[in-house]
Amino acid sequence: MNLQIKQEDHENTHHLHIGGEIDAYTAPQLREALLPLTGKEGHETLVHLGDVNYMDSTGLGVFVGALKSSKEHGSSLKLTGMTSRVQRLFEITGLDEVIDIEDVKGGSK
Amino acid sequence: MDDRDLQYQKYKAILENYLEEQSEQTLYKGQQFSRKMIEQKISPEEAVSLHVSVLEELFPDIPEPLKNSYDFLLEMMIGYGFAYREHQSLRSRQQQLESEIEIAANMQQTLLAGDKPEVPNLDIGAISKPAQKMSGDYYHFVQDENDCVSVAIADVIGKGIPAALCMSMIKYTMDSAPEQRMQPGAVLENLNRVVEQNVDPNMFITMFYGLYDPRVHSFYYAGAGHEPGFFYDAEKDEFEELFTKGLVLGVSKKTSYQEYQRVLNGNDMVIMLSDGVTECRSTNGFIERDEIVALIRKYIHLSAQEIVEEVYRELERLQEFELRDDFTLVILRREV
Repeated sequence: MNLQIKQEDHENTHHLHIGGEIDAYTAPQLREALLPLTGKEGHETLVHLGDVNYMDSTGLGVFVGALKSSKEHGSSLKLTGMTSRVQRLFEITGLDEVIDIEDVKGGSK
Repeated sequence: MDDRDLQYQKYKAILENYLEEQSEQTLYKGQQFSRKMIEQKISPEEAVSLHVSVLEELFPDIPEPLKNSYDFLLEMMIGYGFAYREHQSLRSRQQQLESEIEIAANMQQTLLAGDKPEVPNLDIGAISKPAQKMSGDYYHFVQDENDCVSVAIADVIGKGIPAALCMSMIKYTMDSAPEQRMQPGAVLENLNRVVEQNVDPNMFITMFYGLYDPRVHSFYYAGAGHEPGFFYDAEKDEFEELFTKGLVLGVSKKTSYQEYQRVLNGNDMVIMLSDGVTECRSTNGFIERDEIVALIRKYIHLSAQEIVEEVYRELERLQEFELRDDFTLVILRREV
């Protein structure tokens, strides 16, 4: 049960490639990687979730926190490449309406 | 002879013994002695100091540099002494915290004691089991003078004490606006405002709220990002998803919640659950919603309370009796 995070930076754009499981145990790790990025004004953070095979509500909480932080600091946050299982979580919780999620076909909602 | 002298003499005897012949048995005696010293809260630097004074007595002509080196060692051990004392005080604080959590868990039980209302022609079943001491799940029934029953199911993300405190906030907000009870959408909007102002940015609450009016056999409901429940149509013998659209509580200030309505005919059921129910994992992977439906169907001939208990028992077995998440299941069935 662990989480892999790989970060790539291109000037003001940051890519986080996440793999593994996001749950109560690994969520703090994700938060530590994500929040410093959303706290930078004018920066764009793209979170790639294609290799995440499990996420629970604590993981959603991290993205809620990141969304609030990006609004507060004037940065942008986008999630991309999530599996249908993970996407379902965002849909049930209505978070797909407030967080920018790029679906697999490439278009942004 | 006081304790200190006794200790001194005893240590001296063991050390002398060991210096004479380096036997396993004496080493073992030394181990036992050190265990006693720990029990008596003797710090590391005191142990070294004891050793040095015994040594000085046994070998009065101990070379000066060696003597000085012991002073140096003593100084070195002081840091360990601090760490040791910190460990001691953390241990006692941990014990204190544990007993406080125990008390809080009991208070939560009392506060949330989910008294199931008795309503003519409505069979109610409810179960809620925490994964840890404090539950992040919540269900609550309210019955009014017209026998209307409102039911709320909520799941606070994050577990333990912060989640439990958050639930008390929900309960008091709901209790303080009884006139709203009949409008599920308004109940959620009101709660969302309170929660949004009061929670940590990483926290949110999912909630399902419904109201059954037995006079018109109607169930009115709304959801805030909560795992969808099921509606069982007895005539068709079919389960459908009880879909609601709405954002979780605590994320965005201005959120409105759509209200839905279902008419219950005889033996129809409304099934509400927490996401612990559909997110639990058996050793073979996830337990799917279909499996929950299959379990409910298996026990459908029983009373609502027996159904929720049997479903819980089977899921618990599938997860090898180790709950990963809180578990809540509520069933309302209109009796004929």
